[in-house]
Amino acid sequence: MRYVIIGAGVAGISAVEAIRSVDNTGEIVMISDDPNGYYSRPGLAYYLTGEIHDTALFPRNKADFQKLNFNFLRGRVTHILRKDHALIIDGKSRLAYDKLLIAVGARALPLEIPGSNVEGIVKLDHLVDAKNIVKMAKWGRSAVVVGGGITALELTEGLRARGMKVHYLLRGDRYWSNVLDKYESEVVEKRLEEEGVILHHHSELKEIFSKRGHVSEVELQDGKKIKCDMLAFAVGIRPCLELIQDTGLATDRGILVNEHLQTTDPDIFSAGDVAQAFDPLTGKSILDSLWDPAREQGRVAGLNMAGRRTAYLKSAAFNVTRLAGLTTTIIGVVGRGRDEDMIGIARGDSETWRELPEAIVAQSGFDINHMRLLIGDSHLVGAILMGDQTLSWPLQKMIASKADISPIRERLMEPNAKIADLIAQFWMSWRKQTAL
Amino acid sequence: MALLNIFKSDASKRIVLTRGHVVSESSRCVQCGICSYNCPIGINVRAHVWRNEPVNHSECLTCGECVARCPRGVLSFSEIDIFARREE
Repeated sequence: MRYVIIGAGVAGISAVEAIRSVDNTGEIVMISDDPNGYYSRPGLAYYLTGEIHDTALFPRNKADFQKLNFNFLRGRVTHILRKDHALIIDGKSRLAYDKLLIAVGARALPLEIPGSNVEGIVKLDHLVDAKNIVKMAKWGRSAVVVGGGITALELTEGLRARGMKVHYLLRGDRYWSNVLDKYESEVVEKRLEEEGVILHHHSELKEIFSKRGHVSEVELQDGKKIKCDMLAFAVGIRPCLELIQDTGLATDRGILVNEHLQTTDPDIFSAGDVAQAFDPLTGKSILDSLWDPAREQGRVAGLNMAGRRTAYLKSAAFNVTRLAGLTTTIIGVVGRGRDEDMIGIARGDSETWRELPEAIVAQSGFDINHMRLLIGDSHLVGAILMGDQTLSWPLQKMIASKADISPIRERLMEPNAKIADLIAQFWMSWRKQTAL
Repeated sequence: MALLNIFKSDASKRIVLTRGHVVSESSRCVQCGICSYNCPIGINVRAHVWRNEPVNHSECLTCGECVARCPRGVLSFSEIDIFARREE
């Protein structure tokens, strides 16, 4: 039996571990064209700020990989020959597979602005990009950041930490308006301004100017011009579907897979950012761009590849991130609509967060300790916590298992309700009942 | 009264630090490595988190560097029964 995994991200590594947990003898081959192999993609944000060295981004060493007993091939898969159960690598060599996992991830959408084919325009997909940014920030003085969501903020804060003057352009009147509420956006923006970031609201790029092939200035739709040595963008990501274009595998925005992470070919599986996984609870196929679902999908795909039939159960969409220095957890459904700073889904984003059913918002806290709950008919549908994270795990469990909050629902919605206390008390009794 | 409370919280902090272990919530972790990078004695905290295990490493000082520096609130101090597994 030969298992082949395309992609060296967390979904791929997790699949290798899962296969090895049930199959000691099968051959496993991982193929990736990323020169750096497996590293923490979300950790790039902290490399940019200088909190960690790039060498610290690698969770596994050689000995760890040897224990898993798999072969790593550096190369780009150019074709999948389904009938032959084989891959073509770099257009020439051929590799046969019995079970295949496609976990090639997603990449940044391009910036489609006149003049964008010059040096100094950067994105944050890979470690290679991050290293390039760090190098350029050494001599660069001023940067413009466009886009939304978590990645744009990571770029903004990283460049600022590297000593650049940073202009952050926002199309609308506030940051991440379809996930954060007005107050939360204000908190983030205020903290960015305190860090020295210059925010430009209602601003959109019109044209990029260059000198000697390097970006030198941008012009906005309103005619304003900003001089810069770097233009960083994060306007969304798109699953990498080029590889499977002519394979006949079913796709929508990502590769469609059933709850066993199996594509329309029973010997081909897909997991991570490239997969659009079927959620049996809602009957929908959902794109996530989150670390933990990618890890879990990789695990489930690996088990299924090795013959252990296992279903992927999507948990309540959940992400932890740091927004302008504030640890923030976003659970379940907290906003609705589109973010005008984004074209596609953002990295570290989930579509679930915008499918808001009828829900009422309760709020408490101040500046750095903030909690917002989205309350449905009988259960919580979403929550945002900024700062203190004590209630994060309880809320995650309660939202995921649709805990019946009827006993405290009325009190939660009273003006100035102490929602943190109510939730904490409720959690204690609910936990006992459900024996969690 | 307020003063008493300060002493009380200081004492409980000490109790937690001496009896506690660093525990993790694996689903929040993205393996960035800030914890391992900052551990003064070089414990691979990140690997414990990947396996969703407490950092029950005999050399852990419970100094709290990893807890404080984790950007995602993955780590916390908690009292755990380190003998529980052996008794099973």
